[in-house]
Amino acid sequence: MSARPLGARPAGAQPMSARPLGARHLLSIDDLGRDGIVDVLHLADVFEEVSARDIPKVPALRGRTVATVFFENSTRTRLSFETAAKRLSADTMTFTAASSSLSKGESLRDTVETLDAMGVDAMVVRHASAGAPHQIAGWVSASVVNGGDGQHEHPTQALLDCFTLRAALAERSTTGRRRDDLAGVRIAIVGDVHHSRVARSCVLAFRALHAEVVLVGPPTLLPPVVEDWGVEVTHDLDQALERVDVAYMLRLQSERIAEALIPSLGEYSVRFGLTRDRARRLHEDLLVMHPGPMVRGIEIDAEVAQSSRSLVTRQVAAGVAVRMAVLFQLLTPAGERSVEGALVHG
Amino acid sequence: MDPDDMRRALVRIAHEILERNHGADDLVVVGLQTGGVDLAQRLVTLLAEIDGGKVPHGRLDVSLYRDDISLRPVVPESVTNIPLDLTGRIVVLVDDVLFTGRTVRAALDALGDHGRARAVQLAVMVDRGHRELPIRPDYVGKNLPTRSDELVEVGPAGVVLGDLLGDLQ
Repeated sequence: MSARPLGARPAGAQPMSARPLGARHLLSIDDLGRDGIVDVLHLADVFEEVSARDIPKVPALRGRTVATVFFENSTRTRLSFETAAKRLSADTMTFTAASSSLSKGESLRDTVETLDAMGVDAMVVRHASAGAPHQIAGWVSASVVNGGDGQHEHPTQALLDCFTLRAALAERSTTGRRRDDLAGVRIAIVGDVHHSRVARSCVLAFRALHAEVVLVGPPTLLPPVVEDWGVEVTHDLDQALERVDVAYMLRLQSERIAEALIPSLGEYSVRFGLTRDRARRLHEDLLVMHPGPMVRGIEIDAEVAQSSRSLVTRQVAAGVAVRMAVLFQLLTPAGERSVEGALVHG
Repeated sequence: MDPDDMRRALVRIAHEILERNHGADDLVVVGLQTGGVDLAQRLVTLLAEIDGGKVPHGRLDVSLYRDDISLRPVVPESVTNIPLDLTGRIVVLVDDVLFTGRTVRAALDALGDHGRARAVQLAVMVDRGHRELPIRPDYVGKNLPTRSDELVEVGPAGVVLGDLLGDLQ
């Protein structure tokens, strides 16, 4: 039997182990590594069950405050984090750049230090500039979660994608068990990779879990130094779709595209969109994912997004469970897993 | 306690449960993660052998409900699985060791989120004393006086008393 003694905790003798370095913030998928990702996925399994209850709320973060600090627009990420925080019984605060003193000329640093002084425990930061959350993490005592920074990273999106994919693959497997890696799974990330922070985080996360990743897009929308990413690159979507298990479609980020990188939307859609016509030719098992917001008719056809092969709504649902896991992990003391059983029970 | 003692204690507890509740109607057996899960399973089997009825059972992880969550590492060990609404049922909570009572307090909170049980009863294999809350078990396998720094392990091999620091290294 395992050495998991229940009721064995001597009063006042629990060691408070220091947090592992870097675990106070979640700024990049690289902060987590493979083991960190798997830890989040396991925790998210628990919170998925909580979310499915009639009363989807646990008192785990009672008395903590989570602020969403968004300098850029968002629907799902902000709502998802707020829902996650509320389901953990944390209090939530909302900061939006448009209605703030930023418009009076207050600096970024003063803004976040003000929030910090109010005793916020975690800040979920979204900013149009890459690296802004890193910068803020150095200024405040709160935990900082990167909710998307420029074209850099969007780590919780990648985590929820891993969670969704892992669950969907488990349902198709004979054992039904959720695996701790994506070994042998081939994923095509399609479209505007260059402007996509989601793509960056997803490539890091998918590869950390040993999936095979291929990037598909026009040369103008692929990152200039894509060789460093260590993934395959192709410009032929049809050929790529024949040999992958998952088509991860990206939104064409028109707001970040200043110059003419594509001839026309129509042509982009025909060559790199998951059109109805293309969907008919897909092999039966191909799964379709999209981080949202979707621009139906451009990168993905409305019918395809609604079809049974689409994981889009499951991604959104997974987002809440995964963000609960992330907030829980950042805001409760970390411990050594090996002796945790002895420490938690009384 | 050796495995036979444990089995006999469980049989007795199963009889006590049926006697007290006039049968197995409305009973739900809920094992606390992780030590109570196996015991709950065995108890359900025994209840079926004695009474003939199949009693629904589930498992409960209370980590998210603990009052010491901000003081020390608390990581859920498994997914809670309560297969039915507990409203109107008689819940028998099962754990291996009753110590400070904080796990049970958390469990009572957690159960509340799965419906309003008509009654909650507590069955433990070992009551080792040192309660910090006003909680008492309804069914006890064995009362085991201990020092607070001793270690009590309940497993297939029976109940073992050890030294905390020595065993954890």
